[in-house]
Amino acid sequence: MTKLMSTAAALALLASPALAQEDETQVIGVSIPAATHGWAGGMNFHAQETIDRLEETYPQLDFVLATASDPAKQVSDIEDMVAARGIDALVVLPFESEPLTGPVASIAEQGIWITVVDRGLSEEGIEDLYVAGDNPGFGRVSGEFVAEQLPEGGDIVVLRGIPTAIDNERVEGFETAIEGKGINVIGMEHGNWNRDDSFTVMQDFLSRHPQIDAVWASDDDMAVGVLAAIEAAGRDDVQFVLGGAGMKEMIDLVRQGDEMIPADVTYPPAMISTAIELTAVGLVSGAPVSGEFTIGSVLVTQENADQYYYPDSPF
Amino acid sequence: MSSVSDTAPKPQRRLPDLHVLGPILALVALIVIGAAMNSNFLSYANITNVLARSAFIGIIAVGMTFVITAGELDLSVGSMAAFIAGLMILVMNGALAGMGAGLGVIVLGIGAALVAGLAAGWINGVLITTMRIEAFIVTLGTMGIYRSLVTWLADGGTLSLDFGLRTAMQPLYYGGILGISWPIIVFAVVALLGEGAMRMTRFGRYCAAIGSNDQVARYSSVDVNRVRLLTYVLLGLLVGVATVMYVPRLGSASSATGVLWELEAIAAVIIGGTTLKGGFGRVWGSVVGVLILGLIGNILNLTDWVSPYLNGAIQGVIIVLAVILQREGKAGA
Repeated sequence: MTKLMSTAAALALLASPALAQEDETQVIGVSIPAATHGWAGGMNFHAQETIDRLEETYPQLDFVLATASDPAKQVSDIEDMVAARGIDALVVLPFESEPLTGPVASIAEQGIWITVVDRGLSEEGIEDLYVAGDNPGFGRVSGEFVAEQLPEGGDIVVLRGIPTAIDNERVEGFETAIEGKGINVIGMEHGNWNRDDSFTVMQDFLSRHPQIDAVWASDDDMAVGVLAAIEAAGRDDVQFVLGGAGMKEMIDLVRQGDEMIPADVTYPPAMISTAIELTAVGLVSGAPVSGEFTIGSVLVTQENADQYYYPDSPF
Repeated sequence: MSSVSDTAPKPQRRLPDLHVLGPILALVALIVIGAAMNSNFLSYANITNVLARSAFIGIIAVGMTFVITAGELDLSVGSMAAFIAGLMILVMNGALAGMGAGLGVIVLGIGAALVAGLAAGWINGVLITTMRIEAFIVTLGTMGIYRSLVTWLADGGTLSLDFGLRTAMQPLYYGGILGISWPIIVFAVVALLGEGAMRMTRFGRYCAAIGSNDQVARYSSVDVNRVRLLTYVLLGLLVGVATVMYVPRLGSASSATGVLWELEAIAAVIIGGTTLKGGFGRVWGSVVGVLILGLIGNILNLTDWVSPYLNGAIQGVIIVLAVILQREGKAGA
């Protein structure tokens, strides 16, 4: 009798973890690069905010957030999430595509849901959901705006970001959009998405060209440096500067109808929220969310700027 | 450029061989190339731009010359500059409510930056001298610490100076006397004082003595640790001075501020003829080195001569060439 009872107890013990798992909370791991620049800072802000909100909405979900300052740290973060927290889904914005592809693929093989954000992995078909920004579209929208503002054509200078695939796609989209519109790109240099670098490059552009009609700074941080250089040189030939990404200070200028900053083009760091939210919906409801979700780049002008103004975000 | 000609040495013990002339030749060659490529190169505005933007690295490089001459190294200066800039902005924004956007706040901000620089340099120096940890490791550590601190202070974004304050402070970078802007004047004064200290004071001679052989220096009753500590405090103070010039330019600081400044400063010092392993230092050489680095970037921006992808390669080639010129001269000397 005692033997039978102890066997039953042992069986119950053995069975209990499996049973418990059925109603236990599911865990979503979120792995993103650390806030080393403005855009990433905004992305971190939105990730945290979304997680706080979803944890209240879905009590059956648990979240683990890890920020990494380099690809190797990100790989260990993800391995720890699988080993220590037993995550059911992973939302990852890869620091770099190459080093993350292998580790994420091996996690996908274990049956864990994978959502990749912004930067794709270097092998296709690993992720279940891909939430992507639209870099060619970012360039195209910017190019169309510049062409529209300069109907007679004109001479412009372009500041590029850090030499990467992202930057190339943007510039190609831009060049296609201004083709045949009479817009001359008289200078193009890398400002590395950095205020100081863009200030220096713009000073040199101003020394080199006596007449510049407009500047495509292609990024809001770079637009800050460009504006300071133009102001310091006291030049009034530049009609406007077009940045990009949607930094709150720039959106605010657009809102107020600033002459030098008539518009902005979004590349929203809040795309991390879309990814986390869709992953959560997929886990709790079973609604189909696999596939690719591209977040379009939108032209922000004075009319719609209020919609894109996040005063609490650091970016 | 005034600072270069003012501080050019009279040949004393050795004849002006390539070792001495190398960096100057490289600088002259760059000026000739620049002038040939773009008529605006020698314009007043362009020269002023290049000198003013070189001032940050230049002021730091003067301090770095002493540290390297004493056989040490400091990798933390770029992060330190970013952190001090962030701190200065926070202090000024904080004091704005009580003091108003006037001279008081600006003086307070400058004071905060200088004190923070002194303190940061002192921390590096104490860890290296009294705790006896390798300078490379200490400053690698503080480099990470200051970079993280500024990211944390800025909450991952950008710290911006209050708009009114920025306007009040702008003359510190853009204004000046007799058409020479403040950063250039400060750079020239720091370079002249540095050159004087290196050549004519006991401190400068001790730095060189410690750099060539610290044991011998110790037996010659030089307080090695004190001199080393002083080089780091001096460098920290100069990072503070550079930051005071930097903040009014764009009125902001973020984790992207001052990235790789340490390597630019070290490269400028080595191009200028100071030996990386210590024992011999030349402040005017570091000034020439900084101008060479500044001019390369400027010329590449003023021409479509090479693909912008290759800018880094061109800089690398010129840095190595400038040093090769010196080494050949040295072998013959």
